[in-house]
Amino acid sequence: MPVTLNLPTVLAKLADGNKTLEASGATLGDVVNVVAQQYPNLAPRLRDDTGQPYPFVTFYLNDDDIRFNGGFAAPVKDGDEVTIVPAIAGG
Amino acid sequence: MATTVTDTSHSETLPSLTNDEIHRYSRHLILPDVGLTGQRQLKNARVLLIGAGGLGSPTALYLAAAGVGTLGLVDFDVVDVTNLQRQIIHGTKDVGRPKIESAKDRIADVNPHIHVEAFETPFTSANALDIAKDFDVIVDGTDNFATRYLTNDTAVLLGKPNVYGSIFRFEGQSSVFATENGPCYRCLFREPPPPGLVPSCAEGGVLGVLPGLIGTIQATETIKLILGVGDNLIGRLLLVDTLAMQFRTVKVRKDPTCPACGTREIKELIDYEEFCGIPQAAQQEARAEVVNVTPAELNARIQRGEDIDLVDVREPFEWDIARIPGARLVPLNSVQAALGTFDKNRTIAIHCKSGVRSLKAAGVLLDAGFTRVLNVTGGILRWADEVDPTLPKY
Repeated sequence: MPVTLNLPTVLAKLADGNKTLEASGATLGDVVNVVAQQYPNLAPRLRDDTGQPYPFVTFYLNDDDIRFNGGFAAPVKDGDEVTIVPAIAGG
Repeated sequence: MATTVTDTSHSETLPSLTNDEIHRYSRHLILPDVGLTGQRQLKNARVLLIGAGGLGSPTALYLAAAGVGTLGLVDFDVVDVTNLQRQIIHGTKDVGRPKIESAKDRIADVNPHIHVEAFETPFTSANALDIAKDFDVIVDGTDNFATRYLTNDTAVLLGKPNVYGSIFRFEGQSSVFATENGPCYRCLFREPPPPGLVPSCAEGGVLGVLPGLIGTIQATETIKLILGVGDNLIGRLLLVDTLAMQFRTVKVRKDPTCPACGTREIKELIDYEEFCGIPQAAQQEARAEVVNVTPAELNARIQRGEDIDLVDVREPFEWDIARIPGARLVPLNSVQAALGTFDKNRTIAIHCKSGVRSLKAAGVLLDAGFTRVLNVTGGILRWADEVDPTLPKY
């Protein structure tokens, strides 16, 4: 059972409309790499040119902000759930 | 543990309720956790709403109905007919009126016991601290990143809770920031996205009922803060997906390195336009070769027989609503792939709905070596105003 990624609608559009994706890896960065290769249009919205997360897109690993757990180096295991939350500003 | 913004240990200092008010608030008075003292706390409370738009509408209406004694409203906009799909504090009769005036009238109708302090001005670094200093709670109902960071930093500097809500298309977010020990907006998003990456509601659309959902959550959190009851969204971010109809909360930790509430290196308000990457001069410099043209000027050139490739970079569903005769459709995200359809020897005029996407498309063309690129300022909306009033505006 791989890691599940929950995408908001705005990013799902770049992943063929899928709001949940599944991928495996040892770290969150590995999982993001797999997904980025699968959906090249989504890739630049998940990480910057250096492969790091943006300050305006927050990744939650099982509802915890990954920045406090090593960022993309955070270890993941099968069954983990990752939620991607981009900044939005509408009001 | 519940967080409260008012000291209730001296309830004798709270304002009393008139018989009219006791009658009006009877459903609150018989409600455990509100009661007479709670209702007097609400009457005593001063809540500042930044923005009287999609989020501010339901928040203001419910806070007024609930008996929050003083509502501060900050907005400088006028009611437009396209606001009415979601900004329920305004009505058709209010189109063209300042939002502040329209909201004030509606609040007076909902509850004449409410005192409204109106600030018909943009919320800026120059006036934010002064406007907010006498309020207990700040509600963020703004619609752009610059004002969101400004609102957050104002709340942190003044030590007042920031009840946050934000919406886009079918999804919303809410949280309570800047309480004594809780995280702030910068703990969640350290920096804003570069301009243009995240479309505004005007560009990307928004489900009309969505601000109703998120705004009422903000109103609920505000009332809980005033009463000191329940568990607020402090340290939690509520994510609402109306298409899936899923509500989810994730944890927001207070970041010890946060420049606002952690290290506190932000000691005064900054230039938020610049922080959000939209300094006017730099923008013009980056796009120095884009020549702006108004719809009226462009139409005159076309009428004179000038050979112009008029390119519409909106989406197909927008093209179906209204289009300029003679234009061809190349949606913004297809421009790169369609570079082969452009002729370097022709003048290319790019338009979209209001001029934001066309500027981006013009940039793509300039980067690809095209030099005769015109950006139609104000887009098809301005074309409808200046050239063809029969076109529907959306």
